[in-house]
Amino acid sequence: MCKMKAVRVLTLLALFALLVFTSTKLHDFGMPSHAAMDDYFIQNGQAETGSNNIVAAILFDYRGLDTLGEASVLFAAASGIFLLFRRFGK
Amino acid sequence: MIGSDMSVIVKTVVGILLVPVMVFGFYIIVHGHLSPGGGFPGGAVLATLVAMFLVAFGKDKARKLAGREGLFSVAESIGLLMFGLIALVGLSFTFFSNSLANTSYYFGMSVPFGPNPGYLLSGGVVPIMNIAVGLEVAAALTAILVLMFNYPKEEE
Repeated sequence: MCKMKAVRVLTLLALFALLVFTSTKLHDFGMPSHAAMDDYFIQNGQAETGSNNIVAAILFDYRGLDTLGEASVLFAAASGIFLLFRRFGK
Repeated sequence: MIGSDMSVIVKTVVGILLVPVMVFGFYIIVHGHLSPGGGFPGGAVLATLVAMFLVAFGKDKARKLAGREGLFSVAESIGLLMFGLIALVGLSFTFFSNSLANTSYYFGMSVPFGPNPGYLLSGGVVPIMNIAVGLEVAAALTAILVLMFNYPKEEE
């Protein structure tokens, strides 16, 4: 029992040390390492899509196929609930 | 408790909130290309309206919506189909290309660079897709709510 407790504490300490070590290596806020895509969207998004909300432009224009999948997932969920909650013999 | 009616206070507050919440949901959907929001959160707001209504007014009003789930299902399907068909419109270039942006047609106004309030009729296919997705999300969540609310728990 005592051995298990030591293992748990050691695992916790190792995880804590790993997270603290990682947090010292982070980039500064607002300074991502790979900003080429972000800069492209910010510079050209308004001109290319005519949409002031860059998030909406990415969701429905640049990454439209992803949004189609997202909407299909919701459709499938609703269809599953229709199947589950149908009433028999009415 | 859910099945029974709520107090007069809850009913009054929901009655007051019905129209502003509806306007807010439509605003979030229609202004999705100008301000934070879009089809998904706007549709969720519209479905929250139905949830509020069902919880406050209880079973007798919810029974009126029973059997109408097919209507919501049709609206949901129309939203998703509209989304796919608008994506097909740009097929002369690629799937999901914004074929309406920066043309002289409807929704084709171009916006200046930088932070600005923008125009409602800009964005090309983005606002139309927002409306389609908003219709789909609102109808799907409403259908789920009505189905679960009216499900017979035991024989009464």
